[in-house]
Amino acid sequence: MPSKKEQKKFGREKLQRIIEMCMAIENHTVDPFLLNVDDVIKVVKEYFPQWEKADELNLDSEAIHHLASVIKLQSEWVKNRSTSLYTDPFLLEEKIVQAGKEEMINVFLGAWHPLVELEQLSLHSLAEAMRYWDGLVPIRERWKDFEVPDFAIGFTSRDELIKDRVLGDKFFSEELEAYWQELKMRVKEKGADGKMFYWDFIGADTYEETVNRAFLASFLISYGYATLVIRPLEEEVFIKPFDKPNTKIQSQQSVSIPIAVTYENWQKWERGELD
Amino acid sequence: MRKKTKGIYASKIKRATHMLFYRRHQKPGVKGWEFHRALGADYPKVLEVLDDYLKSLDLMVKTVFEEEKTPVGKPTLEELNRARFYVTLRGELTPKEAKMIGWRIDDLAGLAVTISYIISKKGQAPRKDIEELLSEKLPGWKVGINIDRYIRYGYLQQDDNEQLYLDWRTRAEVDEKALIEILLRSEAQTTLPSESAEEKEGVGEQENE
Repeated sequence: MPSKKEQKKFGREKLQRIIEMCMAIENHTVDPFLLNVDDVIKVVKEYFPQWEKADELNLDSEAIHHLASVIKLQSEWVKNRSTSLYTDPFLLEEKIVQAGKEEMINVFLGAWHPLVELEQLSLHSLAEAMRYWDGLVPIRERWKDFEVPDFAIGFTSRDELIKDRVLGDKFFSEELEAYWQELKMRVKEKGADGKMFYWDFIGADTYEETVNRAFLASFLISYGYATLVIRPLEEEVFIKPFDKPNTKIQSQQSVSIPIAVTYENWQKWERGELD
Repeated sequence: MRKKTKGIYASKIKRATHMLFYRRHQKPGVKGWEFHRALGADYPKVLEVLDDYLKSLDLMVKTVFEEEKTPVGKPTLEELNRARFYVTLRGELTPKEAKMIGWRIDDLAGLAVTISYIISKKGQAPRKDIEELLSEKLPGWKVGINIDRYIRYGYLQQDDNEQLYLDWRTRAEVDEKALIEILLRSEAQTTLPSESAEEKEGVGEQENE
């Protein structure tokens, strides 16, 4: 005769198996009718008086909950099969494949009741349309507010585009090349170990110019003219020019490093509080 | 008094006839709430009388409930307000008549096969499967065109995953239960001589809306 503890353990295992079976049915991997609901209820009833702890009662209620879901699935299955529209899909498919065109037409015509619609002008609608036409303002009056002034089409020069600030005064590649040379020169003058503080390089007299220089610096780095050296502990960022552009860098997987060039940071740099 | 009531009903029936027969929106048919607004709360009675009139013309007022939720008993006014009403043929067309209303026998057979197949697949089927099924008996170039046409007419709808479903026109025009019953009762037939004649009509045919 097993002890009470052993009986409980055995009961818990049984409930666990019931829950697993129910879940498999809920996931549509097992036929819902493989589970004998009466047997399961008998098992649940048998062990219920032994449950004392909260987790044991929890397991019991979980088993009942899943069992209810299975019963629902069984009832849905029965409902679906008992509807007059249910027919074995394989049988239907076979019929469709075997049926000839003419036969299919006859079948369809027996169940097809096409819609009836009319399209017809009436005297009333014609009179209504005429009244509308009479009251309609001519198109040249309705649309005159939308008239667009004529523009002459011509050519513009590069100088004009620079003047209108559409283009910069240098080609971008030229500008980048000059910027790279400037970086190399300044590193030689003020830098150490072939690098200098990032902010000392991009920082300028105005905030706008600083942003513009940061923008160009980002291209120097992306296009392989320079790289960033970061000391995370000291929170210091350096920029280091390459002697020759590193063209391989563009085909490698790159990492984005965000550096906030905010107005506050620029002010701090001006006061010498930011490296 | 009785004469007055009769007069009111007669004018309501006329109004309902105009609304049902002439298309008012992009899709044909009239929503229940439109009737409610135009004819009043007793519009179901008006439609019932109209349906009775139409019997002798072999036409009927067809009610299609929202999302195929056909009520079990007598529908409530709220359910009717959400339903759509059409005038459809009460009886059946002969194959000759079907041709007269603008359907080629091939196209109609294709539609019949498509609808039956989708019903057999519980309401949805991949377009690819239907294309394969139709290309057994229809020329390949026609299969895609036909399916697109069934979609355009409102018999089918297609989702982003190229799954085909039955659309509003099938629900309005086709008695799905009867279709399946007749199909199951039917005897398999071999190819009929009329088909080869149909096949020749093929390529340059104009589409009928």
